[in-house]
Amino acid sequence: MASFSQFGNDLYTGARSLNIVGRRKLWYLIAGSMILIALVGPFLLRGGFVFGIEFTGGSEFVVSQTTSQDETTATDAVASVAADAVPKVSTIGSDGVRVQTDQLSEAESTAVRDSLATAYDVPVKDVTSSFIGPTWGQDITGQAVRALVVFLVLAGIIMAVYFRTWKMSVAAMVALLHDLVITAGFYGITGFEITPAAVIGFLTILGYSLYDTVVVFDKIRENTNFDGSGSSRTFAESVNLAVNQTLVRSINTSVVAALPVASILFIGAFVLGAGTLRDISLALLIGILVGTYSTIFIASPLYAQLRNGEDAIRKHDKKALTARAQASASAAADVTA
Amino acid sequence: MAKSSPVKKAWRSLTWLGVLIVGLIALNAFGVFSQNGSWTPKLALDLEGGTQIILAPQVETGATVTSEQLTEAVGIIRQRVNSSGVSEAEINTQGGQNIVVSIPGTPDDATLERIKSSAKLEFRAVLVAGQPSGQTVGADGTATPAPVPTVDPNLSTTPAVAPTDASDLNYITPALQAQYDAFDCAAINTTNVAPADQPLITCETDGSIKYILGPVEVDGSTIADATNGQRTTSSGATTGEWAVNIVFNSDGTSKFADVTTRLFSLTGVQNQFAIVLDGHVISAPATQAAIIDGKPQITGSFDQESSKALADQLKFGALPISFTVQSQDTISATLGTTQLTNGLIAGLIGLILVVMYSLAQYRLLGLVTVASLGVAAVITYLLITILSWREGYRLSLAGVAGLIVAIGITADSFIVYFERVRDELRDGRGLESSVEAGWKRALRTIIASDVVNFLAAAVLFVLAVGNVRGFALTLGLTTIVDLIVVALFTHPMLQLVAQTKFFNDGHKLSGLDPRALGAVYRGRARFEPSASVSSTKISSSSKEAAKRQTIAERKASELVGTSTDRSTDGKDS
Repeated sequence: MASFSQFGNDLYTGARSLNIVGRRKLWYLIAGSMILIALVGPFLLRGGFVFGIEFTGGSEFVVSQTTSQDETTATDAVASVAADAVPKVSTIGSDGVRVQTDQLSEAESTAVRDSLATAYDVPVKDVTSSFIGPTWGQDITGQAVRALVVFLVLAGIIMAVYFRTWKMSVAAMVALLHDLVITAGFYGITGFEITPAAVIGFLTILGYSLYDTVVVFDKIRENTNFDGSGSSRTFAESVNLAVNQTLVRSINTSVVAALPVASILFIGAFVLGAGTLRDISLALLIGILVGTYSTIFIASPLYAQLRNGEDAIRKHDKKALTARAQASASAAADVTA
Repeated sequence: MAKSSPVKKAWRSLTWLGVLIVGLIALNAFGVFSQNGSWTPKLALDLEGGTQIILAPQVETGATVTSEQLTEAVGIIRQRVNSSGVSEAEINTQGGQNIVVSIPGTPDDATLERIKSSAKLEFRAVLVAGQPSGQTVGADGTATPAPVPTVDPNLSTTPAVAPTDASDLNYITPALQAQYDAFDCAAINTTNVAPADQPLITCETDGSIKYILGPVEVDGSTIADATNGQRTTSSGATTGEWAVNIVFNSDGTSKFADVTTRLFSLTGVQNQFAIVLDGHVISAPATQAAIIDGKPQITGSFDQESSKALADQLKFGALPISFTVQSQDTISATLGTTQLTNGLIAGLIGLILVVMYSLAQYRLLGLVTVASLGVAAVITYLLITILSWREGYRLSLAGVAGLIVAIGITADSFIVYFERVRDELRDGRGLESSVEAGWKRALRTIIASDVVNFLAAAVLFVLAVGNVRGFALTLGLTTIVDLIVVALFTHPMLQLVAQTKFFNDGHKLSGLDPRALGAVYRGRARFEPSASVSSTKISSSSKEAAKRQTIAERKASELVGTSTDRSTDGKDS
């Protein structure tokens, strides 16, 4: 860990500095292409997003405490009742099978339930049947989108008030949209189903992404609070230093936040199979990683760029640069270690 | 001594924290012993197992459901569910639109029927009764009096002679007659019953007889009470036939008296009045006498259970709107338990990983993180338990996920704080003042970022529905707990720890070793940068040094008037 600790020191003092703000065009290019892939990819590869049963509507049966998890058993059992129902079978845990079909009538549901119980040799009570109307998922998403808009407006105002500049809000929002699009794109490209649980995950990314941005921006605010005095750094350099100084914190935080989520994802995906935990944690894991990345590589450079055009900033930068030229001149004269 | 001040403050904060935790435990204990509280939070259906039914209102397109209607419907459904002996059912509205009924276990069909039937009771005079056509006539089968496509649209829909009373056969227009002739009892649609002032075509519940009925004369809202019991003969002997006894209020009594008086004088089917429940005729008795006391008895093909159900429905009232089941989700208890266990295992693994990482990154300081997470966990657990007792909150799988995610966000506050303290150490401050200065800066950041996070949770909680709410609640709760813990536990602990020799000497395992952090060693436990550099040198410091200077450094140098010369020769061995 000595090296990591040393790395942190060097970043703090500026002995080692990653030029993040300066290379913004590269980051924009990367972000732009990632977003393009996220937007186009799902449609090229799979013809669109895969929505869960909550969005499309349908019937779902869960067989629990079965000894066999053979999928064809389920397919046959459903076909014997409703031949055109196209069952989707997945395993849950070590002793469960989930069967999703198109929406069945009540009589068909009962029949499928019975036939599944017979096929898997379990009592009927261990087969649960559910049906989900097609508007359920849309309802929850409609509400979520409304919540999203309200949240963005409020968060934008609060950040603008706290940081005393709307440009930080804009930079944070751009990074946030970047996170959302990429996370959604990941779902689309890999073909993971978008379920209400995944939607909850997306919503949490909003909170997390902004949270992470606020922490770094607070350091930027501190470093660029010139109080009218002559700082030796240009504005962009101050921003870059803040990003570097908080880099260790960013890495530590994203690791600490990602570890529990990754363990849910692991348990969710490999032990439980399809379900709420897997859907929620996948969105979160990607969101946390992308959110941390975007704060550093998108929000901060963008903020520096937005402020660069301001008169006061330009004046300051000019002063800082001339002061530096003078300092180096006098340093050359007055030889100090 | 100045030294005692932070220590005093620290103990004061810790005392407050202790008071808070003891207070929460006491409150919860009060709940357990005096009311129906518990030491464990209640679990939502996806963890406990049970059935969740989402009812969507059936309204004509363009019409909306008012929140009063919805609240009324929730109240009625709640009474019905409770009267059926199902305990701990929860009925809520969702998104100002739907009603969510959550029942533990797997309810039988009768319970489901009882919940969703609207129980709209109407008394209508019978105009025409006949055998159903017995053959399918497809889409014609509708209980609405509106002309249907296959009925000749040229037929008159307005009575030639204005009807004088509800039994007037002038209500039967040629269009209505044609519709009646084509009506199929099997294809009856009861979700859209004819308006109260219009005649209605419908069938007996078992489809044995079809009717044209007059407009509504008495409706279910005038029922004051309803009970079920076995029908008795005039001599008092029970017949074994189950019946529902209705008691009208004064308005209903006088209306019902008028109707029965009129019908009593008529003959044939017009002597009958139909009792229509949710668009079906449950019975159409002949009027044997004018009932003026407002206490009729309904008989039909009831058994004990169905008569009780109907009596309850009538007593608690009809739902103001009809509902359809939008989704019905049953989760077996075993599946729920598996999900919870695995969720907890995942959380535990995550926690262990976080602890390991913290120790690697912050050495013994990591123990403060671990202890803080522990305190946060205790407070969160108590709050959730109390919330589930006071507010009926139930922990769902999404909520558990929210809690696990919160581990990261809570730990971040400590990371931000520790990094700030390290920054101050790097600037050459002593440990004690680093802790104080770092805290001031960190607190600002922590509050700002927590506000954003809390805002996200609050907005989600207010605007979102279902599972999202449970998730938002745990997220918001943990954000507040995070602030409490970092202020009342982490910071005081660090203040106290800063007093110990182990940390103050900057032991290399303490995680706060100034040497490893690049500060200049100036004698035992003193890492202050030298104060001997003249002020002229500061102004003429080299370009390289100036470039390295941080704001904090600059401020520190302005304050102390020291140079910012430093070396980064720290070794972490």
